[in-house]
Amino acid sequence: MVGIQEDEEMDSLGFRVTVGGSVPGEDCRWLSAWGGLSVAQCLGRTVGGSVPGEDCRWLSAWRGLSVAQCLGRTVGGSVPGEDCRWLSAWGGLSVAQCLARTVGGSVPGEDCRWLSAWRGLSVAGFSLRQAHPSSKIESLRVTVDFLKVPLGLKKPVLKEVAVGPPKRPQPAALERYKARRSDAMDTESQYSGYSYKSGHSRSSRKHRDRRDRHRSKSRDGSRGDKSVTIQAPGEPLLDNESTRGDERDDNWGETTTVVTGTSEHSISHDDLTRIAKDMEDSVPLDCSRHLGVAVGATLALLSFLTPLAFLLLPPLLWREELEPCGTACEGLFISVAFKLLILLLGSWALFFRRPKASLPRVFVLRALLMVLVFLLVVSYWLFYGVRILDARERSYQGVVQFAVSLVDALLFVHYLAVVLLELRQLQPQFTLKVVRSTDGASRFYNVGHLSIQRVAVWILEKYYHDFPVYNPALLNLPKSVLAKKVSGFKVYSLGEENSTNNSTGQSRAVIAAAARRRDNSHNEYYYEEAEHERRVRKRRARLVVAVEEAFTHIKRLQEEEQKNPREVMDPREAAQAIFASMARAMQKYLRTTKQQPYHTMESILQHLEFCITHDMTPKAFLERYLAAGPTIQYHKERWLAKQWTLVSEEPVTNGLKDGIVFLLKRQDFSLVVSTKKVPFFKLSEEFVDPKSHKFVMRLQSETSV
Amino acid sequence: MSAWWAMGQQRVEIHKLRQGENLILGFSIGGGIDQDPSQNPFSEDKTDKGIYVTRVSEGGPAEIAGLQIGDKIMQVNGWDMTMVTHDQARKRLTKRSEEVVRLLVTRQSLQKAVQQSMLS
Repeated sequence: MVGIQEDEEMDSLGFRVTVGGSVPGEDCRWLSAWGGLSVAQCLGRTVGGSVPGEDCRWLSAWRGLSVAQCLGRTVGGSVPGEDCRWLSAWGGLSVAQCLARTVGGSVPGEDCRWLSAWRGLSVAGFSLRQAHPSSKIESLRVTVDFLKVPLGLKKPVLKEVAVGPPKRPQPAALERYKARRSDAMDTESQYSGYSYKSGHSRSSRKHRDRRDRHRSKSRDGSRGDKSVTIQAPGEPLLDNESTRGDERDDNWGETTTVVTGTSEHSISHDDLTRIAKDMEDSVPLDCSRHLGVAVGATLALLSFLTPLAFLLLPPLLWREELEPCGTACEGLFISVAFKLLILLLGSWALFFRRPKASLPRVFVLRALLMVLVFLLVVSYWLFYGVRILDARERSYQGVVQFAVSLVDALLFVHYLAVVLLELRQLQPQFTLKVVRSTDGASRFYNVGHLSIQRVAVWILEKYYHDFPVYNPALLNLPKSVLAKKVSGFKVYSLGEENSTNNSTGQSRAVIAAAARRRDNSHNEYYYEEAEHERRVRKRRARLVVAVEEAFTHIKRLQEEEQKNPREVMDPREAAQAIFASMARAMQKYLRTTKQQPYHTMESILQHLEFCITHDMTPKAFLERYLAAGPTIQYHKERWLAKQWTLVSEEPVTNGLKDGIVFLLKRQDFSLVVSTKKVPFFKLSEEFVDPKSHKFVMRLQSETSV
Repeated sequence: MSAWWAMGQQRVEIHKLRQGENLILGFSIGGGIDQDPSQNPFSEDKTDKGIYVTRVSEGGPAEIAGLQIGDKIMQVNGWDMTMVTHDQARKRLTKRSEEVVRLLVTRQSLQKAVQQSMLS
C-alpha cells in the first residue's frame, strides 16, 4: 500500500501515461493491460496523487470508458482507498448515487459488499481509513451532480443525493419494500443485521422509485396523446431509454420490471398464498373422513371377535349338555388360533396405515368390501343364533368347525381386499400425460385401473418429486420485450354510431392492423434471452469458484491431531465461518435466476452445515442451487400445499377410460391430465436358425433396368 | 467404315416399354466406381470401373434397339457414365420423365477391329 514507485513518461507499451487530466480517445483497457500493477503504480500514472491499496481491476471493469470518463467519475479529487468493484456490483448506478450512499463517514447498516472486497473490514474500519475531508468531497460531488441537471434525465436522482448523508431514508424504504415483496432473505437480514443485504433493498427502492417516475411520466405523456392514432412501432418512450440505460449487466434480474398487471399497491403473490394457506388451516376437521375410519375399525373388530364368541358361547351357556371335545376338535382349535393370528397380521399390514389423502367421494371398492364383510358376519351370526344358540346344539365339534369356516371366509375376504385394493392397479393400462398449465412442464406416467380420484392422489404424489418447483417469477416476458406492444391502435368511427356493430368490427380491425404491423419484439426477446443466458453463466462461474475456494478453508479434524479447543468448531460454526466468502456470489446468482424466494439465508446455512457434516464436495453442495429441484426439496410449510381441487366432467368414482381429461387445480396453477390407453401389442415370433447366418462379398452388383 | 465406327462407338436409341407403372429398358447393368472392377467379365482392362451391359432380355426394347451384352455404356442422353456409382447409373437410366434414352456404347469387337485396322 505504501511505496509509490517512480514512473516514466512512457510506459512499456508506448502509451503516453496520463496525468490527472483528460487524455481524449484513450481507453481504460490499457490500464488492465498493465496486468495487476499496484494501484500506486497505476494511479501514480493517472492522477497526481497517491492512492494506496487500490487495484487496477476496477478500471478494467468499466469496459472501455475513456480515461477521462473514468477519472471524471471517481474523483472529485482522490478518494483514498476506494475500490470501484462495488460500483459494478451495484449494476451500473451512477457514481453520484454510489458515492452518496457510501461516503459521509460511517453509515451504519450500509451495504458492505464493497467492503467485503476489503476482506471483511467493518464500516468503522473503513471510515478510519477514509480520509478526513469526506464531507468536503461530498459537497464537491453534490456540485458535480447539480451540473447534470439540465440533461433532465438525472434530475429525479438528484433528489436523493441532495438529501445528504446524515439523513437516513432507509428504514422507511425497507418497510415499504417489505410490504411490497416479502422476500424472505431480506426480512431475515433485517433481524440478523447482515449488512450486505440492505443494499438489495436500496437498489430495489431506487428501482421502484424509477418505476414510479416512469409511470407518472407515461401518464403525463398520454394526456397529450388523444390526437395520435398510431404510434410508430420503433419509437420507444423516453423513459424506457432512461430506465434501460443504467440498468446494465449484473443486476438485470433485480431491476427489470416484470409486467404482471398488478399495481404497486396490490398485495404480492406471496401474500396471497399466505392468506390462502391460513384459510386452509382454519378449515374444521373433516368429520366424514373420520367416520369412515371409525366404521371400518368397528367392523373389523367385530369380525375378529366373532369366531372367538362362537367358540366360547356354548361352554358358557350349556356346558352340561355339551359333548366333550375330541382330538379332531382340539386340533381345530390350533388351526383357528393360527388363522386368526394370520388374519390379524394381514389386516395390520394392509389396513393400518395413515391415509394419504381425503377423497372427495366415497372410495367405492373399500366401501364394497366393508359391506361384504358386514353381510358375511351378519349372516353367520344369524345362522349361529337360530340353529346353534336356540337349538342348543350338542356337538361341540360342529360348532368349532363352523367357527373355522368363518375364519376361512374372513381370510378369503382379506385376499379379495388385497387383490382389489393393491394388485389391480399395478399392471399398467393407461398412459397419463400431466402438464402444468403455467409453464408447460410435463411428464408421462403409466397407471393401471383406478378410479379418477385415486389416480389424482397418485399423480399428486408423483408431482411433488418429479416436477420442478413452480416459480412465478419465470413466467413473464421481460418488460423491454412487451413494452413495444403497449403502444396500440386507436380506432375512431366516422359517421353514424352503431355501437354493437362497431365493437366487434373495431376489435377485428385493431387485431388485423396489429398483425400487419411489423413487429420486432421477437428480436428483442432473442437478444434478451441471449444476454440473460450469458449473465447467468457468468454468475454461475463466479459462484462455483467462490464455493470451491470457501470449501478449501476448512477441513475435518483428524483424531490424532491435537488442536486448541478454541480452534475446534462444530459444523454450524464452520458453516458460518465460510459462508461469508460465498454469500455475495450466491446471492447474486440466486437473484439472476430468480430463485431467491426459495432460499433463505438460514436454509443455505443449514444446507452448508449438512454438506460439511457429511463430507460433501462443493459440487454436491451446489447441486441444490444450480438446478431448480422438485417441490418437495424446499422448505415444507411454504411450498407443500394441502388443498387441491379435482375438476372433472366425469364422476370421479368412475374408472379411467381412454380419452379422459381432468384438472387438478391450485390457486395459481393447475395440472392438466389426459389419458391414453396403452396400445395392444401383437407380438409375433420368428425363428432364426443360427446356421442360417451366411455372408458373401458384394463384389459386383447387377441391376436390371 | 464410317467415322464413328472408327472410334469404336455405337449410338443406340432405346424406346422404353411401359409395364404397368414402370418404364423398362430390358437389360441389366453392372459396374460403377463403387464396385469391384476385377469381377467384371466383359471388360478388357480389369481396372475399368465403367458401366457394362451384363444381360439383355429377349425381345426387350434394348435388344430391339441393338444393344448387345458386354457393351460399355459411355453416355446416357448426354450424361457421362464412365465415372458414376452403380446407383447413379441406374437412376440415370430409369428416369421416369424420359421415354427414350440415347446411349453411347463401346463394343469390344469394334475396338478390336479398330485396333487391328490401325496396326495393319
